[in-house]
Amino acid sequence: MKTYALAGNPNCGKTTLFNALTGSTAHVGNWPGVTVDKREGTYKKLSTPVGIVDLPGIYSLSPYTPEEVIARNYILDGAPDGIINIVDATNLERNLYLTTQLLETDVPVIVALNMMDEVEKAGDTIDVAALEKALGVPVVAISAVNGKGIAALMERAAALPQTRKGNTVLSGAVRKPIEEAFAYYVDCGVASPLFHAVKLLENDELEWERKGAREISEQIAAGKDWEAAIADGRYTYIAEKLACFKEKAQAAEQGVQLTKSDRIDKVLTHRVWAIPVFIVILFAIFHVTFAEDFLYIGAWASLGKGLPALADLGLSEGMETFVGIFYDGKVFSPGVILFNAFDTLFGLITDAVGGAIGAEWLLGLVADGILGGLFAVLGFLPQILLLFLWFSVLEDSGYMARIAFVLDRIFRKFGLSGRSFMPMIMGFGCSVPAMVNTRTLCDRNERTATIRVIPFFSCGAKLPILTAIAGGIVQQFAVGNADLITYGMYLLGIAAAIVSVLLMRHTTMKGEVPPFIMELPAYHRPRFKNLILHLWDKTKHFVKKAFTVIFASTVIIWLFSHLDFSWHYLADEQMNNSILASMGKLIQPVFTPLGFGAQIGEFGWVFAVAALTGLVAKENVVATFGTLGACLLAVKGDILGGITGDMLAADEEGITSAVAMIRATGISIPALIAFIAFNMTTVPCFAACATAKAELPKGEFKRTLLFWIVASYVVSAAVYTVGAWWWTIFVWLAASAVAVTLIVLFNKGKLPKIRKRTKGENV
Amino acid sequence: MAKFLGGCKPGECGVVVRVAGEGKIRRRLFDMGVTPGATFTVRKVAPLGDPIEITLRGYELTLRKAEGDCVEIREGEQ
Repeated sequence: MKTYALAGNPNCGKTTLFNALTGSTAHVGNWPGVTVDKREGTYKKLSTPVGIVDLPGIYSLSPYTPEEVIARNYILDGAPDGIINIVDATNLERNLYLTTQLLETDVPVIVALNMMDEVEKAGDTIDVAALEKALGVPVVAISAVNGKGIAALMERAAALPQTRKGNTVLSGAVRKPIEEAFAYYVDCGVASPLFHAVKLLENDELEWERKGAREISEQIAAGKDWEAAIADGRYTYIAEKLACFKEKAQAAEQGVQLTKSDRIDKVLTHRVWAIPVFIVILFAIFHVTFAEDFLYIGAWASLGKGLPALADLGLSEGMETFVGIFYDGKVFSPGVILFNAFDTLFGLITDAVGGAIGAEWLLGLVADGILGGLFAVLGFLPQILLLFLWFSVLEDSGYMARIAFVLDRIFRKFGLSGRSFMPMIMGFGCSVPAMVNTRTLCDRNERTATIRVIPFFSCGAKLPILTAIAGGIVQQFAVGNADLITYGMYLLGIAAAIVSVLLMRHTTMKGEVPPFIMELPAYHRPRFKNLILHLWDKTKHFVKKAFTVIFASTVIIWLFSHLDFSWHYLADEQMNNSILASMGKLIQPVFTPLGFGAQIGEFGWVFAVAALTGLVAKENVVATFGTLGACLLAVKGDILGGITGDMLAADEEGITSAVAMIRATGISIPALIAFIAFNMTTVPCFAACATAKAELPKGEFKRTLLFWIVASYVVSAAVYTVGAWWWTIFVWLAASAVAVTLIVLFNKGKLPKIRKRTKGENV
Repeated sequence: MAKFLGGCKPGECGVVVRVAGEGKIRRRLFDMGVTPGATFTVRKVAPLGDPIEITLRGYELTLRKAEGDCVEIREGEQ
């Protein structure tokens, strides 16, 4: 089967063309060694089907971004039968720059002139025949959005000659050195010698990998700066040719008319309004996805008589389950409704399966272990997908680039760029989509640093831990305000993220701030079909992961918590005899500096175990509170001060269980807060870990795990010690000062070279 | 005295004279069309005062002032 590569600038309609060509045959993989999507499919409307490979969107074939290197390697070494170069007709000047480079390869090229309908709408004309003559390769006008011209494009692509000799648009003084370099590459016997010859003169680092090439290039260049001359030569050629075959309409000639895009931009990047507008959009996204009280209908109603609670509606049981998906004294947001719908469905499945199984241990394994674990992860799918959807809408519409533009100033201070903001803020919803969306970051260090700190932006599933413990503190010690504790913990997470990024950028990830030179694409309506296909890809990917890695880990944790060392099944209430509990007791002393270790007595392991189960999914921490609460009641009911089984059963938020654990262990307030801090900053859930492993550069995952462990340990140790003995703040400040001084001195080269690890250090 | 793109105010326009800077940034600037002889108009400055937005070769490009300081320009021609 013949294979064609689809190449073009970002935002030129490449994805739309790819979807139109391949339809349901498309599938997504990864390019070897990097986490950039490789999308492939088949075009079936020719007499013999042809394969289509979608190359990443690129401006040039320079060697600096992973996308450019991938595209270049595929074109040169992947042996495509041809390149379909998609070009945005509304912006020929910059788009043709890539075309002039593609023409230098020996691979057959066909140019697809996209968005011709928009050019015509503006009253401009492009002489396609003249363009074809100038470039020397077929040019076909298409409109990817409504499918016009695609059949003609593919027919001409299929008729491309088998081979082609590269030719360059460069002329003048630069021709002589190019010919010399060309002769060198012909002698070496490489394919596409002309392409390599030009790249060599551009001081291209990839060309220098060939032995002896660097010396040759210095010899040929003879001290002249050909890089500028070549870039200039390409643009000069394009500008000259454009004048011949493009005619602008009369109105555009006057040049002052504001386009629709400009008018939108006037508000969205306004000097004063940009940031407030952005905050409102961000709030809206989170509100629609996560709010329990949509549009604050419940809160508004409670100013008057208030809405009736679900139980007061007097519905039949089945009806109540159904209505409960949408409403309980307040109307849920679409994200929560979807979540509830899945949750209800999963509940029905679990009940049905439960009814069919007799043996208690098997029921426990299937219902709680397998289905429970799987549903805990899959239950988040609707909200994860919604976040993906909003992110794609922002990205496709062109607003994401503006967010980066508006916020870059802040992020540059931490050695990042404005692009890393959205992934981080999405971490407040769920780490999984947040980590996947770091793909928009082109700098490797920036990506790694961002993925590492994303879990510090406390996700939706960590909120119940906060609610339960903060509620427990308020109830037991009658001090403070639960909301204030919650808010403070969110701030602590953000502070930990900032400090970590700063430390990484000054120790293990030194290097320049990634450059911020990018296109601000014209705003346009996101394409529904593209969004849906994108979401479908993500769903397949996530579900596959849920059924493999995450599934296996949840079953193991369940087995550990319901079996003792002689492999006897234990009911929930007997968890204190389980393998997991023994492991909890074993690692308990490790948590002593954090306040929930050896000092909280024989039942202290409950906190260690709760933290361990949080590795599966963070909402397990509170679920474990419930189980352990019942467990403590069974063994130590007398010291729980009147907490009964009924109270625990009615305890939806886990507050009563938390109180039971506090009473049984006599844990102090600073230790409880340290426990929250630990859960917020430690290794995230299995789903996030699996995502991080897939998204991080090779070999970085292990170091990232270590980073999370060290960071959470240091943060919660600081919280505990300072909370318990206020004067220790001076010890921490002194230690931080020493660490900062050492790093500064080390970076200035004033210290002898020693290997040290200061990443997780607290400042 | 040489003037640089990084020091331009919104509304100013000019022609690129020379692009300095280290390999990666210089290459990126060239690829995005910032080459000697290219005309540009500064559109706006970001709300927090740093990246700037310019119109160049028929599209909108954003870059930081620090990166703009690698680009020597001549004012006022369009």
